[in-house]
Amino acid sequence: MSEELEKEERMYKSIIKTIKQAPLEEFYASGHRTCQGCESALLMRYLAKISGERTIVVGATGCMYVANTTYYTTSWVVPWVHTQLGGSGGAALGTAAALRALMRKGKIKEEPINVIVFCGDLGCADMGLSGVSNAMTYDYNLLIILYDNESSANTDIQETSMTPYGAQTSFSRPGTARRIMKRRWKKSVVPMIIAGHRNVRYAATTSPAYPLDTLNKIKKALSAGGPTFIHSLDPCPKGWDYDPMYSHELGTLAVETGIWPLYEYIDGKIIYNEPTKGIVEGRIKRKPVREYLEKQGRFSHFVEEDFEHFQKMVDEMYESWEIPGVMPIKSVELARK
Amino acid sequence: MTQVAEKEILLNGTQAVAYAAMYADVDVTAAYPIRPYTEVMDTISKLIADGQLDAEFIVAEGEHGQFEIVKHASLVGARTLVGTSGVGWLYGMEAIVVTATDRAPVVAVIGNRALDDPGAYGVEHNDALMVRDVGWLLVWVDTAQEAFDTALLAYRIGEDPRVLIPVGVSMDGGFLTHSEQIVRLPDKELVKNFLPPYDRGKLRVHPDNPISVAPQVNEDWVTEIRRQHDEGMERARTVIKEAYESFKKTFGRYPGTTRDITMPENPFVEPYMVEDADVVLVGMGTVSKPMKVAIKNMREKGIKAGMLRIRWFRPFPAEDVMKYLANAKVVCVVDRDYSLGSPFRGGVVYHEVRSSLYDLDERPKVLSFIGGLGGREITIQDVEKIIKIGVEQRDTPLTRHTYWVNVRGDPW
Ligand code: SF4
Repeated sequence: MSEELEKEERMYKSIIKTIKQAPLEEFYASGHRTCQGCESALLMRYLAKISGERTIVVGATGCMYVANTTYYTTSWVVPWVHTQLGGSGGAALGTAAALRALMRKGKIKEEPINVIVFCGDLGCADMGLSGVSNAMTYDYNLLIILYDNESSANTDIQETSMTPYGAQTSFSRPGTARRIMKRRWKKSVVPMIIAGHRNVRYAATTSPAYPLDTLNKIKKALSAGGPTFIHSLDPCPKGWDYDPMYSHELGTLAVETGIWPLYEYIDGKIIYNEPTKGIVEGRIKRKPVREYLEKQGRFSHFVEEDFEHFQKMVDEMYESWEIPGVMPIKSVELARK
Repeated sequence: MTQVAEKEILLNGTQAVAYAAMYADVDVTAAYPIRPYTEVMDTISKLIADGQLDAEFIVAEGEHGQFEIVKHASLVGARTLVGTSGVGWLYGMEAIVVTATDRAPVVAVIGNRALDDPGAYGVEHNDALMVRDVGWLLVWVDTAQEAFDTALLAYRIGEDPRVLIPVGVSMDGGFLTHSEQIVRLPDKELVKNFLPPYDRGKLRVHPDNPISVAPQVNEDWVTEIRRQHDEGMERARTVIKEAYESFKKTFGRYPGTTRDITMPENPFVEPYMVEDADVVLVGMGTVSKPMKVAIKNMREKGIKAGMLRIRWFRPFPAEDVMKYLANAKVVCVVDRDYSLGSPFRGGVVYHEVRSSLYDLDERPKVLSFIGGLGGREITIQDVEKIIKIGVEQRDTPLTRHTYWVNVRGDPW
């Protein structure tokens, strides 16, 4: 069997079919002080669970740094290192390159060690993007995870390029002269990664509200070989202004309204997952975006016209807009027929 | 048994450091282009391509990434080489600072270059000096031989468990980065005796050693951590001395010298005709060349001039400065940098020297000369002029602290 095929086999054979098959051990344990209902914390738990003991985790500045690694109470059971806000790509490369060199030169034992770097909106999508992109051009085994809470949550909820249209943050507050301060549309990072980096064999979007899907995506990313990328939309009760008990509900609504399509890119193919698959195949009808937006305080200033605009933009994404790569979703389906 | 060097080769300053990195068997290098440091990476890449060095060669997306790469590689236990110049050094500054605070002993070549704007390729020391307060070891070299030797020493000193601090090997852009000189390369086996493998011990990031590096401490621990860093910096003084002695023992010559030329054996400074001098010039890097010639010329005219070249700027050799300058009447510090708005509008080295002399019972007068910025030459005539001003100021009450050397429209 060719090495490629073997890799693929490994990737699919190891799929977790029920949550009971997930490993019991936790490598992201107690000790953190994230907010109640923090979906990013859950994402960290998933990634540590799947990657296991033979892992080095690097975290860029952001909520998951500040809230997770208070000195003496760090929640990381595996080795963990901080990197600067824009340092994710360099940190990933440095760690992976050191392991490769030291193993090749017989300075440390040869074995597979997972290198995972997580970064938030700023550390991955804004100032850190060029470094992340550079890391994706090399062939080191590494996984970069963008945990997206749609703001700079750690510094008190400021606008980033990931903040949705119209959302209130302390940088985008509605006023009497201007109701909508955040007028730019959210950036799409996974399409950028897959369109621009041929080395990337696996990239995906996830939502912690779909645990099995998320666990498997991390698993596949770690076994794909080479640089891989995951973008996770993580509801944040503090920044989105809702009761923490609704985190999962908002996560599912983001997918069901079509705002956050779940898909994975494997070696040139796009595969839709969970409800998104049904939506794309026409079996499930998208819920109105209003259902998602109305449940969050950050959109409380929306009037009819804003809901309509938001809906129109999401509709376009399915009809004619470029997602999840260089084609509109509908045309992917048309091409398959 | 002590052996002498194996072979001689023509190298410029940056190439010499690349060769030292090859002898040190570095594991990871990170490159990003900017003149004039770049040739160190050109050379490393060729050494790797030719199979003379087994290392990962990563081209970063910028200096910030470049320093993050080596910092993290170093934390995992890899020996690393990196470098930059001028505004590149500043672009990487955030990562450069945490390289020190995370105690990653990377070795960086800084090919000194003026800071933009306006753009200029030539030497100015303000780039490297940006880290003087944040915990890097900083050394200025004067010849390609010294560059080679100092880079080897840098690995030995920075990686010492008592130190664990990154080292910046600074050299004058153009004057040293691009001028070729004969360099004596040692026997590879001897280098193994001199330079033990890099071992971070309990601080190594590896699944067998699951530590957390640089967690959030808020206000609780920063003071203690800075203090520990400072203690490492202090211990470096001892480790530097030991390393220079061990270098001499291993290779049969003092660092920075070839077999033929002898140099006073002090790791921190190079004194030149300083013992009986009334007027002592102080500087860093290749300015020592015109200084030495000018001193000889002035001595022929009966003026007792001397020089003290600062080699290690961090930790700053205050004791040596005191020792060698105690008997001087006037000290003329020639800065290839400036500190705008500083006391008496002086240069950076001037302030360090002046402060080092404060506790002397009889203090010499200290003058600041700012010159050669952006790569302009400091000529022998310029230095002679500086010495003359020193002599003039010797016997009168000090009338002026700072002079700009050879500024257009300014009588010089
Ligand atoms: S602010 Fe948001 S992302 Fe940060 S810890 Fe709280 S819930 Fe999580």
